[in-house]
Parts: sequence; C-alpha cells; structure tokens
Amino acid sequence: MREGGHGAARLLVVDDNKVNRLLLTRSLELQGHSVASAENGRVALEMLRRESFDAVLLDMEMPEMDGFQVLEVLVADLQLRDLPVIVTSSLEGVDNIVRCLELGAEDYLPKPVNPVLLKARLGASLEKKRLRDQQKDWMRRFAIREVAQDLQESGFALGGKRINATVMFSDIRGFTGLSETQTPEETIELLNTYYTLMFDAISGHGGIVTLMAADGLMAIFGAPVPQPDPCDSAVRTALEMLETIDLFNLDRDAAGKPQIKIGIGIASGDMVAGYAGTNERAAYTCIGDTVNLAARLESHTKVALRPVLIDRATHEAVADRFATESLGPVQIRGKKKPVDVYAVTPAHKA
Amino acid sequence: MTEPTIDRATYDELKDTAGADFVVELVDTFLDEAPRLIEGLRTAYDQRNADVFRRSAHSLKSNSNTFGARTLGVLARELELGGFARVEAADAPLEKLAQEYSRVAAALSELRNA
Repeated sequence: MREGGHGAARLLVVDDNKVNRLLLTRSLELQGHSVASAENGRVALEMLRRESFDAVLLDMEMPEMDGFQVLEVLVADLQLRDLPVIVTSSLEGVDNIVRCLELGAEDYLPKPVNPVLLKARLGASLEKKRLRDQQKDWMRRFAIREVAQDLQESGFALGGKRINATVMFSDIRGFTGLSETQTPEETIELLNTYYTLMFDAISGHGGIVTLMAADGLMAIFGAPVPQPDPCDSAVRTALEMLETIDLFNLDRDAAGKPQIKIGIGIASGDMVAGYAGTNERAAYTCIGDTVNLAARLESHTKVALRPVLIDRATHEAVADRFATESLGPVQIRGKKKPVDVYAVTPAHKA
Repeated sequence: MTEPTIDRATYDELKDTAGADFVVELVDTFLDEAPRLIEGLRTAYDQRNADVFRRSAHSLKSNSNTFGARTLGVLARELELGGFARVEAADAPLEKLAQEYSRVAAALSELRNA
C-alpha cells in the first residue's frame, strides 16, 4: 500500500538497539518515507502480518527472534515472501552476509549505514517490488487467481498432470446472427456484460474460466485447486447462469433488444490439466476426452433444445439433488459410440 | 592514546545528514543505553550467557561506530568476537571498555552542548 508522493514508501525498521532504530528511521523519514519500527523479529512479523509494508530494513543480532529466523519465516510465507528485505547490520564475517542473501535478503548494508548508499539500494529494491507487484496484478487480470497462485507455488512448466475434474462449456445461441443485427460496439458491450455475469456465477462456485472465444466459455471445476464436489458446483453454476440470463433478458427486453439464450454442456472425469503452449506463451487448460465430451454436449443443446446437458458421470454425482431427465444414449458428433445424455431441468421450471 | 576519543569527521557527518537537533536526541539515547549494555556484558559474563554477551558487545560496537567512537568500537568488537575468553585476558578488557566509555560519554556530552 504505497502512500504519499512518488517514491514514498511505507517501511519497517527492525532493530533491537534504540540508537540504530532512531537513526535509521530518521534517515528514511528524511528521504520522504513513512516508517514504523519493531525491536525484535517476533514483533516485526506481527506487524508485517497486520499491516502492509513496501520493504523491511532488518537487523540480524536481536533477542527473541533474530534476523536469520525472520528471513526463514518470510521466505516460507506466500504473502510475505516477495517483500524486499534489506539487511542492515554490523555482522562479522562474510559467511553471515552470504547466509542473509541465501535466505532471500535483497541486499546487505553494513552499519553505520551510509545514507546515500541506503537511498540508492532502497530505491532499487522498491522499484523491483513495484515491477513485481505490477506483474502480479497483470497476472491476476489476464489469468486467474487460482492459476496465478498455482504458478507462484509450483512455478511454470509446460505439460500437465492427470486430474479428475468437471468441465463446462457454454455459449450464446445464435450469436453470429445477433452480431449482424447490431453494431460491433453493441456486441462488445453485450459480451462484456455477459462475461461479467458468467464469470461471477462461475467463480462464485469455485470454478475458473480457462478459455474465452467470442461468445464461448470454458470453465473448470476442481482444478488446479481441488474441490469437494466439482459436479455439484458445475451444475449449480449452470442453473445460476440460466437465471442470470433470464434477468438480463428482462433488461434487454425493456431496452427493446433481442433476447439471448445460452447452451451449457458439462462432463466429468479424468483429464490432463496443465500449461499448454510454448515457453513464451502458454495457457492453463485441460485436455482429454472429458473435455471434448463437454464441448460436444454444449453443441448438442441446439439439437436437444435443452439449455443444460450433462454426461453420465456428472449425472451420477448430482442426480439426487437436481431434477434431471435422461435423453437416452445419443449419437454425438465426434463420438463412435452413443453416450448417455441427461438434461438438467432449470430450477424455476421444476 | 593517539586516536581521538571521538572521530570528528564521523560525528560531523552524522550531524549534517541527520540534523543537529536529532543528533542531540541520539546522543542522549546512547548515553542512556550504553551503561546498560556495559552492565549487560558483566551480568552476561557472570551468568555465562553467551548470546546476551555477544549481542551487548555487538550493539555497543555498532553504536560506537555511529558516533565515531572508534576505540570504544574496537574494544567492543574484541569482546563480540572473543567472547568470555577475551574477558579473562590479562589486560582486563571489561575495565578498559568501561574507562573508554567514560571518556566517550564526556566527549559526546561536550559535543552535544557545543
């Protein structure tokens, strides 16, 4: 949480020695920063978990919890591990300095701290943090929180792992025709509203959108973060999406615009989840028969004239909770053998 | 002793960068804390508490260097690195440190009021 003018940061000075604490605080305040201080590592960690700081200036020799212990805790803490730490100490021995850096300290400044050097090093650390924060922000905006978290925890590697999850495909019926009757600006506006509503329903039930293509959406439930009952979440999401679209249509109707209709296909089972693409550009996705089946079920909604179709595995998991109707074995495009298809009856019609 | 008790260049630079009023406050804090640190060294030695001993010596060293009290800084560093063995040396380092601190305190008080 950066406050004040450009370059002003919120900093935490950690030092058991009062003279050092006062002097460092003073130097930093003279550079325009806002500074809080802690007299040992334990107090510092409490403050770091309670408030937001842009960087920490950390002494090493301290009672209760020393600087090395603080660094060890920070590096293992997902929320705090990106926080820049500049060690300011009069440590004896290169070994100790190396140990600080190996434990993730951004920089080392010997005491007494030279104010000019302090300004330069701190400026560099804050700039690096600003870039990292910006990247994280972009990642949140263009990826998905769960995927961003997975990347942060496990790092990036192309390839995937076999998982069991539920996949949903949805799209707007007759979208092409709809696009032709309105201006491109109106279409974009419609899509943005549609995405907002659908994302809200999907993420509200723990799903993540892994693909957006024109009016089509693909969402996964149960990956990368496992969910207790992904089938249930997916079906609930589908019903919520239908209700939301009904409400949206009331607005559109009032504005004299044509109604929109959506079709949703859901399938559950094994798939491979991971990052596909190249090392330069990749996306989190799921592939496999289950995914293809969900896509086929979604297109089959046009033939079956039912808004939500699910496969047998999903049906088995949710049949006791939702009104469903068996459409029997259906020959679906792209499948050699007929597959069992079930329609979920929208709640308000049940 | 050929080395001055307080290195004026270091002290003046501190005054320039942190501000004269602030340095008065800083000197007062040091004069308040240092006797406790020296006492802490003695107690830690008596109680064989190596961590407290090392930390007290370390703090004293660090503060001495801040004000330009170089000799005091060197004596404190010897204790930080040498530990209990250093205390038992023939030249009575704890007493030497206490005496040097008296000189530093007097010199800093004078500079503070200048």
